[in-house]
Amino acid sequence: MYDEILKKYEPKKENLIYILHEIQDNHPEQYIPEDAVMEVSRYLSIPSNHIYGVMTFYTMFSTKPRGKYIIRLCESPPCFLRGSENLLRKLRELLNIKLGETTPDKKFTLELCACLGVCGNAPVMMINEDVYGDLNEEKVEAIIEKLGGQQ
Amino acid sequence: MTLKRTDILLCCGSGCVSAGALKVKKKLLELFEQKDITSEINIIETGCMGPCDYGPVMMVYPEGVFYKTVGVDDLEELVEEHFLKGRPLKRLMLQEEERIFATKKDIPFYQKQVKVALEHCGYIDPESIEEYIAVGGYEALGKVLTEMDPQKTIETIKESGLRGRGGGGFPTATKWAFTRKASGSPKYVICNGDEGDPGAFMDRSILEGDPHRVLEGMMIAAYSIGANKGYFYIRAEYPLAIKRIKNAIEKACEYGLIGENIFGTDFSFDAEVRTGAGAFVCGEETALIASIHGERGQPNAKPPYPSDSGVWQKPTLVNNVETLANVRTIILKGADWFAKMGTEASKGTKVFALTGDVKNTGLVEVPMGITLRELIFDVGGGIVDGKKFKAVQLGGPSGGCLTADHLDTSIDYESLTEKGAMMGSGGIIVMDDANCMVNVAKFFLEFSLEESCGKCTPCRVGLKQMYSMLERITSGEGKPGDIEELESLGNSIKALSLCGLGQTAPNPVLSTIRYFRNEYISHIEDKSCNTKVCLDLMHFLIDKDKCIGCSLCSRKCPVSCIPGSREEKYEIIQEECVKCGTCMEVCPVNAISKLPGISEELRSEKTEPSDYRSLYT
Amino acid sequence: MKTLEDLRKIREKAQSEMKTRDQKARVKIVVGMGTSGIAMGAREVMKAILDEVAKRNLDDVLVTQTGEKGLSSMEPVVDVIEEGKPTVTYGNMNPEKARKVIAEHIVNGKVVNDYVVATQS
Repeated sequence: MYDEILKKYEPKKENLIYILHEIQDNHPEQYIPEDAVMEVSRYLSIPSNHIYGVMTFYTMFSTKPRGKYIIRLCESPPCFLRGSENLLRKLRELLNIKLGETTPDKKFTLELCACLGVCGNAPVMMINEDVYGDLNEEKVEAIIEKLGGQQ
Repeated sequence: MTLKRTDILLCCGSGCVSAGALKVKKKLLELFEQKDITSEINIIETGCMGPCDYGPVMMVYPEGVFYKTVGVDDLEELVEEHFLKGRPLKRLMLQEEERIFATKKDIPFYQKQVKVALEHCGYIDPESIEEYIAVGGYEALGKVLTEMDPQKTIETIKESGLRGRGGGGFPTATKWAFTRKASGSPKYVICNGDEGDPGAFMDRSILEGDPHRVLEGMMIAAYSIGANKGYFYIRAEYPLAIKRIKNAIEKACEYGLIGENIFGTDFSFDAEVRTGAGAFVCGEETALIASIHGERGQPNAKPPYPSDSGVWQKPTLVNNVETLANVRTIILKGADWFAKMGTEASKGTKVFALTGDVKNTGLVEVPMGITLRELIFDVGGGIVDGKKFKAVQLGGPSGGCLTADHLDTSIDYESLTEKGAMMGSGGIIVMDDANCMVNVAKFFLEFSLEESCGKCTPCRVGLKQMYSMLERITSGEGKPGDIEELESLGNSIKALSLCGLGQTAPNPVLSTIRYFRNEYISHIEDKSCNTKVCLDLMHFLIDKDKCIGCSLCSRKCPVSCIPGSREEKYEIIQEECVKCGTCMEVCPVNAISKLPGISEELRSEKTEPSDYRSLYT
Repeated sequence: MKTLEDLRKIREKAQSEMKTRDQKARVKIVVGMGTSGIAMGAREVMKAILDEVAKRNLDDVLVTQTGEKGLSSMEPVVDVIEEGKPTVTYGNMNPEKARKVIAEHIVNGKVVNDYVVATQS
């Protein structure tokens, strides 16, 4: 099932992270399921526990299904100084979920992340590959509305 | 309108007209008649050009000269010198600085900057190799490959005094020389683009804005050390940077700048992009190398250093993005030019990211040796909302903070380290007086704690213990002896940790204790947060004398903890209060204040704080 | 390319192309498209500019992109470059302001001073 992706890479351990990125990005639930890990393990001839070791070390990989839109709110100091805590509260309110959870309609997952490097426009959040800066509660609400509404 | 040799755009906006623009036009036409040049010159009346306090103004084309405060008495000379002899009249010209003043809203932001690494960021199209070549791109590489040998190149970098811009400040030429001397083949160059420091985005801007510049620097480094393969390791949170570097490599390949026999020499080179997956520690070179190998990004003990044994145990040069971005300019403008800027031991310029409570947030590149005061107040424009400056954190979670007493410190590697801070990668987080330094320290420590790879005990366990202590202190459970314990533990972690993350993680705590000890003391002994940030150490209080019993606060309170009546007035049940501040916001008579310290009510109820040592037994 | 001479030829060609582009183009509008700018809405500004230029049939106007100048607190940033005039940098732009700049500055030659954050030659 993951042949399409695996074919693109030589069966070397150094390609593990890219393979995992691609499997995750192409999965509708944005995570790496167990059967994928097994196939990768066979292809690269690496024990599956090594692969889990890598997956759980890097924060961008998920072993659990997630939503269509992964909201990553930056929790680092420059964003914190400009009020990211209020945004977290607002997002929790709008989506009606806790941190790390996914909305029942599988649309949004709420996560915190480390510095996104857009500190000049703090506070910042990233939704999939799109970055939004200079946020306040109104802007956050508008962005969520546009993507599919409150829960 | 017939084509004439000169066009005069005379501003006839109301400002200039009231300053006499029409009289100027009349006189000009008379003079042109006299000199018989009427058919050669156009006078066009335009709308307002902008700098009204310099009126009357005019622009003369094709030269594009801007004249200000042109009076009727100036016209004889102007016509004679400029329109007849073709020599623009300098004394009437809007000078460079004045011109900038006229419409520029932000003069100091640019004034003190000298752009080396950021030379073309924001001026060229980063997706166009042609634009990069048009501004002298790959000329330095060509010079190095055809006119200089590796040894000479390393010497040039040595003379320039360039030091690693990623935070270590290690002399770049020395690193190159070590890797060159190392035995083993093939050799590799890695560009470290895993910029994870909170508050730092210099590398991101350079990778996105001038990717070829970094590629060129990498190739020059590769040639100098005898490598033919380079890796860009870029964090996955920078998708645009990854895209731009990949594009740059592709375009360079098309032009034969990457591949075999570059510039007809026997130097061949190939480059590849590698990405991370969300781990701050991968900015540490041995962890980065582990990540390239497809493993958990856990650092390894040094020695051996990557220069001897790096990627696949081969000699590897790891350089930061900004370091590589300086190389081309040093080659083209000369080591002396670069070394003239900065201080004795810290040469050249540095890119800083100004963030936090400062007006002009953004990236600036200034010569080393500028003072903190100049950087924060001149370039940065001072504190937002008219608040007062309290502290500045340099070097992110690895660095320390400095106070108002240190504003005249020169920004260079040595001076900062002396004061307990560090240059770091260039992130500068400015804080105003509304911030609680204990809370800030806790915040930075939390970051390091979460990013710790877990390999070595001092970092994994030690940071956790420090964090627990700070949690206790900020929630009112601090005990005498805590400060000394934090200092002792912090110093141990610094001395015993395996890698730079652990070795520097205690810095924010140690430096805030050094300069803001009194805040720690009031948190511990008075159970009070004077900036009213730590929720457990502040409270809201209703002044019954001012209260008019309107019940608005009670009705708006999300946890209904304000009972009372019109006659008895209202009072907050402190135990249930969640410190949201809604009551204070809605009170029509400002009867509610936000106060430092634990409320009277809770103080009398509070039992002795738990003995933290019981946590360890 | 095989030699430094080849590089120089390419450079000259690129430089003259940029110039003739500028000459064929009376005005060059450069939109800052670094992540900072994009996070603050630079894509929408770019769209509005392209749209307005097309609507008004301004075929002597060239629109391109660039990286970040470092003015994070003023993003999105748009430069207007004209031969012989100082470059005007507009800051804190949005689609509405961008359309106004096209109308007033690009078409009528009047700089919209309120939106200017810097000028330099």
